[in-house]
Amino acid sequence: MADIVLDKVSKRFPDGTVAVQNVDLEIADGEFVILVGPSGCGKSTTLNMIAGLEDISSGELRIGGQRVNDKAPRDRDIAMVFQSYALYPNMTVRENMAFPLRLAKLDRQTIDAKVDEAAKVLELTPLLDRKPANLSGGQRQRVAMGRAIVRQPKAFLMDEPLSNLDAKLRVQMRTVVSRLQKQLGTTTVYVTHDQTEAMTLGDRVVIMRGGSIQQVGPPQELYDHPRNLFVAGFIGSPSMNFLHAAVSDGKLRTAIGDVPIGERIRRELEAGDAPRELILGIRPEHFEDAELVDDDTRRRGAEFTAPVDIVESMGSDKYVYFTLEGERASAAELEELAADAGADFTGGGASLVTRLSAESTVREGEDRRVWFNLEKIHLFDPGTGRNLTLHEGRASGALGGS
Amino acid sequence: MSVRSEPVLPALVPAQRAGRRLGKTALSENKRAERKLGWLLCAPAALVMVLVTAYPIGYSIWLSLQRYDLRFPDQREFIGLENYVTVLTNEFWWTAFGVTMLITVVTVAVELALGMGLALIMHRTLVGRGIVRTAALIPYGIVTVVAAFSWRYAWTPGTGYLANLFSDGAPLTERASSLAIVMLAEIWKTTPFMALLLMAGLALVPEDLLKAASTDGATAWQRFTRVMLPVMKPAILVALLFRTLDAFRVFDNIYVLTAGGNETSSVSMLAYNNLIRGLNLGIGSTMSVLIFLTVAAIAFVFVKLFGTAAPGSDDGERR
Repeated sequence: MADIVLDKVSKRFPDGTVAVQNVDLEIADGEFVILVGPSGCGKSTTLNMIAGLEDISSGELRIGGQRVNDKAPRDRDIAMVFQSYALYPNMTVRENMAFPLRLAKLDRQTIDAKVDEAAKVLELTPLLDRKPANLSGGQRQRVAMGRAIVRQPKAFLMDEPLSNLDAKLRVQMRTVVSRLQKQLGTTTVYVTHDQTEAMTLGDRVVIMRGGSIQQVGPPQELYDHPRNLFVAGFIGSPSMNFLHAAVSDGKLRTAIGDVPIGERIRRELEAGDAPRELILGIRPEHFEDAELVDDDTRRRGAEFTAPVDIVESMGSDKYVYFTLEGERASAAELEELAADAGADFTGGGASLVTRLSAESTVREGEDRRVWFNLEKIHLFDPGTGRNLTLHEGRASGALGGS
Repeated sequence: MSVRSEPVLPALVPAQRAGRRLGKTALSENKRAERKLGWLLCAPAALVMVLVTAYPIGYSIWLSLQRYDLRFPDQREFIGLENYVTVLTNEFWWTAFGVTMLITVVTVAVELALGMGLALIMHRTLVGRGIVRTAALIPYGIVTVVAAFSWRYAWTPGTGYLANLFSDGAPLTERASSLAIVMLAEIWKTTPFMALLLMAGLALVPEDLLKAASTDGATAWQRFTRVMLPVMKPAILVALLFRTLDAFRVFDNIYVLTAGGNETSSVSMLAYNNLIRGLNLGIGSTMSVLIFLTVAAIAFVFVKLFGTAAPGSDDGERR
């Protein structure tokens, strides 16, 4: 077991593309770190550099305090789990798991003991004599995990290990991975493009975009205090709503009504170089059906009326989509997120996703009065994407008191 | 040929429900029509096969059972397996058979090793991939007889650059050196073909598998022997099968380089000499049939014992 340190690590490909740029990251011994981001953000390249499967163009990589830039993968003592599982098709499950041990020239008895133990942990014992072709996706995934854990390596590197599983199994395996990592206490770097996996699995999450790190922190912190538009839009499902907000008369004019500006933001805006147009971000769960809000709560927020587009009842709560008038927020980050999601964010005019209580009697087509929490609002600079409401005691306390 | 079964038409369902027998006939009629269509569709291909393969093979077998020498057409008669006894007890036949076997085993083995190297080079080349591949394939693009002539001139004393370089005598007049030159010419010519087949196999090895092996601690050689070769096995067997069958019928190189002199005849040469030059249709056909049987036996061994599958029929589920 060991810590992993990336010191200004960059990767430039021969054709000149920069896949990873000056990445600084310290992963503590035993920590579970998730690298997450849209495709092409450099997360897999970063993982491959840690594994030694890609050369490092510049910077230094240290595993357990030792510089390993020039070491071959086999000398780094790390184990990797691949999205495709990469099981050797000609070997049985037992042979697959024993392969790294046999290469390490351990004696037969030790190998058998270690394989049996790992098989027991992953409930693979009855499958040991089967070939990978005769296993289900979930079983293959477990064999791949087994092959990684038998060696007790310094670190596990996992490259989207659950992406090929169906949704139900993925949730199940998520807990298996999580439990296994806690049990073994081995440093783990886990790459995924799925923000739900990132939120549920890791001690810390690293969000990457275009080859550089956007923000590093525990999942809840990233969710509550996104440093910029990209992080705010990437984390959370359904994602945060972004609305165009024009500053005028000490207020923000938005499609959901006027929003008062707090002290600190006002000062920052008055400094002169601040933009007159902002992007207002608010998460779906910070809305509520106005009928269900008590007076005490009502005072901490504001209300607006809008036509209901679609109602999706999830049982525990309702996702309600509203159509809003006015232009939608635009910024480079948002376009990128939309492109990665494979769809336009809003599809034309501005729209709003809200998560209301299941008791709400909201119906499609009607106009509905909706309350939202002013304390949970984020304001972003459309030019730089910076979150202007970040460094306040509460998420956006200065906005309160309307 | 696979016949896709059509879904049961809605109109048939009530009929099926009304009486099992009725429904059954309706279904089987449907199936029968499909089967008939299937046969009709492959009939043209089957007919062509019969005309160009089955008939000549049958005719050779028929000829091989007769005493039939065009120099003595009057003596033609059916003699059963007597020709086979004559050939199989003949010293020349077994010498030629030995020569053919030697050429087959040596050339295929060397081609496999060289072809694998060449395939790896072609597969891994990053710069000038097109040029490397084209250059490697040139020998295979040259007509065998033309190539054989160029080898003959090269090894002819006085005019040939290779003969002057390597020996004082005439290498094509001695048995061992002639055989070596024949094999060299064969290997030079067909290694690219082997490499091409193996490269298709290399493309089947997933990149992730090799990455997994290197993080598992395998050296480059271990990755090759323990991961690549087993995954490539089907492709290797197909390549070996093709090349073995091909090599066993070696003819043109020997014809041009030695004309079968100094006991360098292959079985094909021997059959040609008896059939075309000797005009002995009976003995010549017997030899042809024996070559056919040997080739069939080689194919049988590959397919049944080693589990070689035809390209394209491999589904990854075989043992």
